[in-house]
Amino acid sequence: MNSMRVEHHPVLGDLENQKEIKIYFDGQEYTAHEGDTIASALLASGIRTLRLHEDKATPRGIYCNIGHCFECRVRVNGKNTVRACLTPVENHMQIESGTPLSASFIKGGTL
Amino acid sequence: MIDLVVVGAGPAGLGAAIAAAEHGLQVCVVDEFVKPGGRLLGQLHEEPDGKWVNGIEEAQKLYSRAIELGVNILCGVSVYDLQKVDHGWCVYTTDEMIESKCLLLATGASETPIPIPGWTLPGVMSIGAAQVMGNVHRVKPGEKAIIIGVNVLSVAIARELQLCGVHVESILLPQPGILAGDAAQPEKMMESLLRLSHLAPSPLIRMGGKWVSPKLGARLFPKNGFKMWGIPIQLRKTALEIYGENQVEGVRIAEVSASGDVLPGTEKTVSADFVCIAGGLTPMSELASVAGCSFCYVPELGGHVPLHNEFMQTNLAGLYVAGNITGVESAKVARAQGKVAGLSVARVLKALTYGGNEKLHSAVEEVKETRKNALIQFQPGIEEARRELYGKFDETHKKTLISI
Ligand SMILES: Cc1cc2nc3c(=O)[nH]c(=O)nc-3n(C[C@H](O)[C@H](O)[C@H](O)COP(=O)(O)OP(=O)(O)OC[C@H]3O[C@@H](n4cnc5c(N)ncnc54)[C@H](O)[C@@H]3O)c2cc1C
Ligand code: FES
Repeated sequence: MNSMRVEHHPVLGDLENQKEIKIYFDGQEYTAHEGDTIASALLASGIRTLRLHEDKATPRGIYCNIGHCFECRVRVNGKNTVRACLTPVENHMQIESGTPLSASFIKGGTL
Repeated sequence: MIDLVVVGAGPAGLGAAIAAAEHGLQVCVVDEFVKPGGRLLGQLHEEPDGKWVNGIEEAQKLYSRAIELGVNILCGVSVYDLQKVDHGWCVYTTDEMIESKCLLLATGASETPIPIPGWTLPGVMSIGAAQVMGNVHRVKPGEKAIIIGVNVLSVAIARELQLCGVHVESILLPQPGILAGDAAQPEKMMESLLRLSHLAPSPLIRMGGKWVSPKLGARLFPKNGFKMWGIPIQLRKTALEIYGENQVEGVRIAEVSASGDVLPGTEKTVSADFVCIAGGLTPMSELASVAGCSFCYVPELGGHVPLHNEFMQTNLAGLYVAGNITGVESAKVARAQGKVAGLSVARVLKALTYGGNEKLHSAVEEVKETRKNALIQFQPGIEEARRELYGKFDETHKKTLISI
């Protein structure tokens, strides 16, 4: 399933001694490499959609991959607005995608 | 209170930390990325002599040297606020607050987005995102790429993506419009590509670098573009829209005239499973603005930069800047600027011993020399623009600063 990994590289060399760990995204188990970010681990498993937009419910994934744009925000072990592109994976990490907010949170709605 | 906090563990920040620690200063470097090295990590360049410069190795060298000198490096920690206090600065991080006598902002550059229809689809990312994914995390963003935006960075990274085993279908221009600005102008883009000519294996563009004016270049430019490393670079094609149901499926493109107007009836679709947007780089200076620095708009340096002098001092006491926050340039220049900043801090904290002035001035010369020999020039006229900027600084702030 890790076909997106660049195992061999003509200049950077081969990936070696990768230690595999397990992470969970919306309850589903995935294999990650130690040293991955949440974003790279999920992408390597073919997952591109990290959340649905709060308002429009359109699918969103990474954009800048270096922490600038916050497009990759997910929930990690219960904590909100974690940048998937800056957060290293840990064994048994629980990651949840962002979901649309209920109407009362949007456009001047009240709680 | 420690001597120096550096925000950013890129070549500038690490270069400064090393220079400062070599003079006995106590230094802490804070960076929000997972590894030290900044944007140097993703870089992979072939020098004219055919040797590859591997950013990961370069970053490792800087990191090891800093650690050897006792520099404290915190990764995965973001700085979100700064406050001037008596004799120093409070640096608020997602970890803890750190107080220091001097503060260096070496936060680098960020990519300018070009919003085009469909750009929020998963599988659309900035060109730098793809670089980091492939070279640093070693994951391919997809199998078949279309790159929107023709500039120094996108052409260099297209090559790097190829080395990761990605098929780059083509590099083309964004749709003309206010948000794309010059990026949609074939002539402007030709001009920027000509600055890359020494890197190009293609004789067309290499000759172009010497003989063809950008105007002529864009007009003579074949409709189907030319190839660099086998990748079609299409200055006469534009991306109208990125399409796809739940992720990228392709790009709708059209032909444009030399001045960038869409030619009616030339629309077609090209399939791709990921799209990179390359809008160029701009200094990332939010923290300098939070601190209350004066700013200057300098297009040659990539946008608004904190006003500073050639010793990397800003107009605020104890606040320094180095690297791409002062203007977009290559990693080697950033590193050399870092050294100047580190020595400058050592000087102000009276840690520069015998021969200190000479050291500082030769570090300043080293920056100029490095700039002259830089493989990649992001904009023309950088040296002149800097001279003007430093002149402005001296006019307005010299009297208020500790003289050097
Ligand atoms: C996406 C991208 C790709 C690039 N690719 C190339 C290339 O291929 N070739 C080339 O010559 N140049 C490239 N550059 C230009 C690059 O900026 C310079 O080459 C060089 O890396 C600049 O060094 P620096 O130390 O100034 O900044 P950087 O190397 O960018 O380092 C800045 C560091 O500061 C950290 N940081 C920023 N804000 C905060 C904060 N608030 N809290 C904590 N940490 C923070 C960042 O995480 C980063 O690690 C690229 C720039 C970008 C943005
Ligand atoms: S992708 Fe931009 S912050 Fe993560």
